[in-house]
Amino acid sequence: MSILDLDYMVGLVPILLSYLPLTLGMALAGMALALVLACGLAVIRVLKIPVLNGLTLWFISFFRGTPLLVQLFLFYYGLPQVLSFLTTIDGITATIMGLTLHFSAYMAESIRAAIVGVDRSQTEAALSIGMTNGQLMRRIVLPQATRIAVPTLMNYFIDMIKATSLAFTLGVTELMGATQKEAAGSFLYFEAFITVALIYWAIVEALAWLQRRLESRLNEAYRR
Amino acid sequence: MIKLERLTKRFGDTTVLDGIDLEIQQGEIIVVIGPSGTGKSTLLRCLNFLEQPDGGRLTLGPLNLDLTQASKSEILAARRHTAFVFQNYALFANKTALENIAEGLIVVNRWPRAKAHQRAREILERIGMSDKANAYPASLSGGQQQRVGIGRAMAAQAEVILFDEPTSSLDPEWVDEVLALMKQLARERQTMLVVTHEMAFARDVADRVVFMEGGRIVEQGPPSELFHAPQDPRTRDFLRKVLPAAEPL
Repeated sequence: MSILDLDYMVGLVPILLSYLPLTLGMALAGMALALVLACGLAVIRVLKIPVLNGLTLWFISFFRGTPLLVQLFLFYYGLPQVLSFLTTIDGITATIMGLTLHFSAYMAESIRAAIVGVDRSQTEAALSIGMTNGQLMRRIVLPQATRIAVPTLMNYFIDMIKATSLAFTLGVTELMGATQKEAAGSFLYFEAFITVALIYWAIVEALAWLQRRLESRLNEAYRR
Repeated sequence: MIKLERLTKRFGDTTVLDGIDLEIQQGEIIVVIGPSGTGKSTLLRCLNFLEQPDGGRLTLGPLNLDLTQASKSEILAARRHTAFVFQNYALFANKTALENIAEGLIVVNRWPRAKAHQRAREILERIGMSDKANAYPASLSGGQQQRVGIGRAMAAQAEVILFDEPTSSLDPEWVDEVLALMKQLARERQTMLVVTHEMAFARDVADRVVFMEGGRIVEQGPPSELFHAPQDPRTRDFLRKVLPAAEPL
């Protein structure tokens, strides 16, 4: 008998892949919501909007300062005890909520840095030809901030995909949860977890490839 | 005609501009000289509202503004009647040479893209950059970037182009091509207000040279008078320092 039961592993792949849409779905939903929230937080920070700026600092501090798992348990098991409208929250929603809040805190800071990182003199040039603040943001600042922010944002997305595996602690049968169940049935823990590790790795590598292509396109204007 | 009356600007407790009066006729080329930190750049930046003035009036084309009470739309209008050339070029890094010149026409003047690009091509031709239309700023030399910066200002068809030390951050090898382009504009009687340390340019091109010190205009006049017979001791002092003794202007 070999060390690995390869036939079992090959057979396991399609079973696990059927949970991929849920895993990616949670990550995509979390990423989309986190991007919107993070942009809002970043603008508040850049413009230093009174009151909101202070609240944003607390928000970022809390969601960066506590583990994601603690936050997920808080939303799923904790808050429903004190907020009655949350009693019907399901594991998937709680996971997306947790991912959104947790990652938006990180992403807000990198988006803020990207906006601030756009050369200030270009802002003056845009104003000098009579652009409004909105035109300046849309045409000059945000396109360039995007280029600066994309590498870090892609890294957060990759991190988020892996973080969806924590959803299994809230009883969600996603990629990790499904692996756990399969392994418990077959007792082939090593094979099962190696298989799921390879699947996560492959997804991340595919995204890293996409990231490189995207960055190279965004950098076109900056080649000497 | 552009008329500036009693322009004042303070940074904290420091008065940078102390009641500047200046009239610029259409087609006039004025060069502002003076020691560093004397408010020359701030004067240009106030005309463009890149700095908010603390006092004064500005008459500019159809506009007559109290500089301290200009509304948002008046500030936009004033900016559209002036164009600015920056010391560090300040080209839009995400746009090609052609797009840098066309951007204001498309976004601010709301021209159709094709018409704006057509105009931008004509300007590229005039600044001798037709072959670099699709080049991004990062791939251009300093001199080429500044020529595009001037092209962007030309596109605005402003009452006046404000030049803020346009050759000061250039390597010496690129200075001449930028000065040549500015001379070309001067020959076409483009109204210009130029802050520069290029004394030969002031002598050869200016209709009037303005000497500033300590936030005030100390003395002004045609280059022949100002350079050869400065009246004020401060002007004489400054000129003695900046003009090499061996080759007086």
